[in-house]
Amino acid sequence: MSDGTDLTPRSRWLLLSPALAVLLFAASGPLLIVVIYSFLASGDYGGVVWHFSPDAWFSVVLERDFFTEQLGFADAHLSIFWRSIKLSFMTAVLTFIFGFPTAYFIATRPKEKRDFWMLLIMIPFWTNLLIRTFAIMELIRAEGTVNSALMALGIIDEPIQMLFTEFSILLGMAYVYLPLMVLPIYASMERFDFSLVEAGYDLYATRWQVLRRVIFPLVKPGVIAGSILVFVPSLGAYVTPRVLGGGKQLMLGNLIELQFGAGRNWPLGAALSLTLLAIVMVALILYVRAAGDDEVRHG
Amino acid sequence: MAKGFDIRRQTGFSTIAMACFVVLYLPIILLVVYSFNAGTSIAIWEGFSWRWYQTAWQNDQVQAATIRSLVIAAWAAGIATICAVLAALATTRQGSFRGYTFAFALINQPLMVPEIVTAVALLIFFAMIKVGTGYTGLFYLIIAHSAFCIPFAYMPIRARLQGMDLSLEQAAMDLYATPWQVFRRVTLPQLWPGILAGAMLAFVISLDDVVITEFVKSAGQDTLPTYMLGQLRRVVTPEVNAISTALLAISVILVIAFFFLSRTRK
Amino acid sequence: MIEIDTVSKVFTGRGAPFTALDEVSVTIRENEFFTLLGPSGCGKTTLLRVIAGFIAPTSGTLTLEGQNLVSLPPYRRPVNTVFQSYALFPHMTVAQNIAFGLEMLNKPRAEVKATVDEMLALVRMTEMAGRKTSEISGGQQQRVALARALAPRPKVLLLDEPLSALDFKLRKDMQLELKRLQSETGITFVFVTHDQEEALTMSDRIAVMNAGKIRQIGGPRDIYDHPAERFVADFIGDTNFLAVELLSVEGDQARVRLASGAEAQVRAPQDGMAPGSVTLAVRPEHASPGPVEGATLAGALENIVYFGTDTHFHVMLDDGTRFVLRQQNQPDQAQTHRTGDRVGVILSPGVGQVLRD
Repeated sequence: MSDGTDLTPRSRWLLLSPALAVLLFAASGPLLIVVIYSFLASGDYGGVVWHFSPDAWFSVVLERDFFTEQLGFADAHLSIFWRSIKLSFMTAVLTFIFGFPTAYFIATRPKEKRDFWMLLIMIPFWTNLLIRTFAIMELIRAEGTVNSALMALGIIDEPIQMLFTEFSILLGMAYVYLPLMVLPIYASMERFDFSLVEAGYDLYATRWQVLRRVIFPLVKPGVIAGSILVFVPSLGAYVTPRVLGGGKQLMLGNLIELQFGAGRNWPLGAALSLTLLAIVMVALILYVRAAGDDEVRHG
Repeated sequence: MAKGFDIRRQTGFSTIAMACFVVLYLPIILLVVYSFNAGTSIAIWEGFSWRWYQTAWQNDQVQAATIRSLVIAAWAAGIATICAVLAALATTRQGSFRGYTFAFALINQPLMVPEIVTAVALLIFFAMIKVGTGYTGLFYLIIAHSAFCIPFAYMPIRARLQGMDLSLEQAAMDLYATPWQVFRRVTLPQLWPGILAGAMLAFVISLDDVVITEFVKSAGQDTLPTYMLGQLRRVVTPEVNAISTALLAISVILVIAFFFLSRTRK
Repeated sequence: MIEIDTVSKVFTGRGAPFTALDEVSVTIRENEFFTLLGPSGCGKTTLLRVIAGFIAPTSGTLTLEGQNLVSLPPYRRPVNTVFQSYALFPHMTVAQNIAFGLEMLNKPRAEVKATVDEMLALVRMTEMAGRKTSEISGGQQQRVALARALAPRPKVLLLDEPLSALDFKLRKDMQLELKRLQSETGITFVFVTHDQEEALTMSDRIAVMNAGKIRQIGGPRDIYDHPAERFVADFIGDTNFLAVELLSVEGDQARVRLASGAEAQVRAPQDGMAPGSVTLAVRPEHASPGPVEGATLAGALENIVYFGTDTHFHVMLDDGTRFVLRQQNQPDQAQTHRTGDRVGVILSPGVGQVLRD
């Protein structure tokens, strides 16, 4: 609809051009080069050899046995894929278990106090991810706070090995991504009309039934959004598994990095990156679908 | 008077919420506390001391990394904010236009594509340019940071613009203000809190970045976070805690300021 | 002086195109309080925004004192708008808001100041000059919006439902205030509203709009007493519709035969009409209850509703039509009719309007 303040298409693109130029140069454009690289052969000392080769894409899931030349599944890669998806899923579940009640708690505070509680959620989120990971590391390392406390209390005789396990990665990711779960759930709960809860109780529902049959269905879009917001960065996590997995428990991000460091197979790294991107896009599309369906249903 | 039936209460939710807040802050608080430890341990308290702050302050690598971090963050925040203001003006309250989806997807791309993927892409792309031109300066880091800061600067500015009453601009135009005067006298004054909030968010995001910096930096271009990442491989002393605490302080101050800025309503 | 000639506006977007204005033609005279009245979605606000310049018409011409307006941007048109939401600049004081238009026109400082003072006095807001617009009440904001739009002395002042956000009492006061301002400044007012009472009390002339078209233009009395068609009669005031037989037309007078067989002298549409089945509109206050003998119409009294100033009688006529009568209440009036009674309906002579359907 025209309203007198409309811009002409030309001035629109003029205004957009600086942002688009920066993004094309240093974000989107290079992605195309990654696609090209994934179809090249790898150089001996990093880099690529400029002729077409589908090897990198085969190597994502397959490998040739060194001695027998037999093609088989690349167990190492597959187990890392599996670990990444498993840990990301568990992170989403864990953050939901803690995040849902927290969001509910904040949404049921008096209006003027909600912002304060949300600020408490937001501060850790906007502080350095590396530092937060480091804080967890200090907490659970062999000579860290948890083990020291347990030993001082005489509960254990020697430190429990928590660092460099899948548990430590899960703990770290849940810790750093928890705000991403709380935020969208809170956003949909804040709009929630509590007279519906009254109606629920009026119609003989118990607390649990009100939660399950009235509240949860109405804030489900927030829960789905939160799950995706947690799942996606978990899948591509690099810092947390590097620091808390200690190079023993690799995730996809670390596997990709290896191809540009010690392993030196740039095309494989490119192909792995695109695989990760594809999984993330599928998750995002599923999310948009779910959100869209929901909008249709709620009118 | 007996306490009535509280319809909002759900058993155990408050307890879990409180546990969440404790868990969120306890590790950070411990980290800060041990930055003041007199001993070399990060788990055994041996008394209060500033020594690790002095150690960090006198560490040439830390100094250089700090300055580099701040320079990159300042440039990136500046570039990203200007880009974001212009882009927000072009895409907000204008109805859809041909190419809108494309522009919007591009602006938000850094939020959707995993950082490690962008990092790999930039590593490959910049390696080609570095070989081609021989230039290995800070430009690569600045432009990379600018790119992923754009959506963060864009969000609060766009939100502010959307919340602005379109009729205000129409009123100005009705009162004989030319398009430029409308922008100068009506749009911009109201947009300021959003612009400031966007710039601060971009600054924090740039300051905290690890992954893209780690992949893009040339030799000797450590920022504070990548320097710390390198240090974590060794035996960690409270010096890392001290650096972390300083970085945390900057972030927390900016985030709180951001919070209050984005809360100012017209 | 404003000539609107076959102006159309079709909104195209996602979905079917929507015709908001359908070849609207109207001339708005100098110094007139002109009201665009209609239900929401009738196109009245669109027409106002076309005049202001916020919407470009799809076709048609628009001139102000012979000058073509269509090609001018809003900031080159000598018209000002009072917005429905007031659209006061929140980052400026009351005085700064009023000065804004004058500053944009590069008026000298002294003149700006003098005009602002004058405007503040005109709307009785002098003490509030230094306040932020968020610190004053709704009614005061309304007055500031008026002063701001009047300050540059526009040739035409456009008012987009400016009273709709005010409560009842304040709205009554502002209606009088607006009328006063219009006569004091001598500026043409084009006023948009969906409130028929507001339109009737304030306007010199009213254009009743529906579905993108102007259905009737005329003075308040004209529109009320002689609605041209069913929509206008229905939208403004309460009306009874009777199916009648048109017998003859002579000038603006017509003879009709009612369903009861009785004949009556009524008003005919201005452009004449052929005899046959037509609809007759009768206002409730133009008929009174009475004895069945000798009455024009008769039926069963279904309901009596007391309204304070008057009483409504709901009658089910013999042919099955519902008819409402309104009678002004007098002190110590005896209640002569009861629900269920058979009553006669007596039409006042000469009232009733044959409608062009």
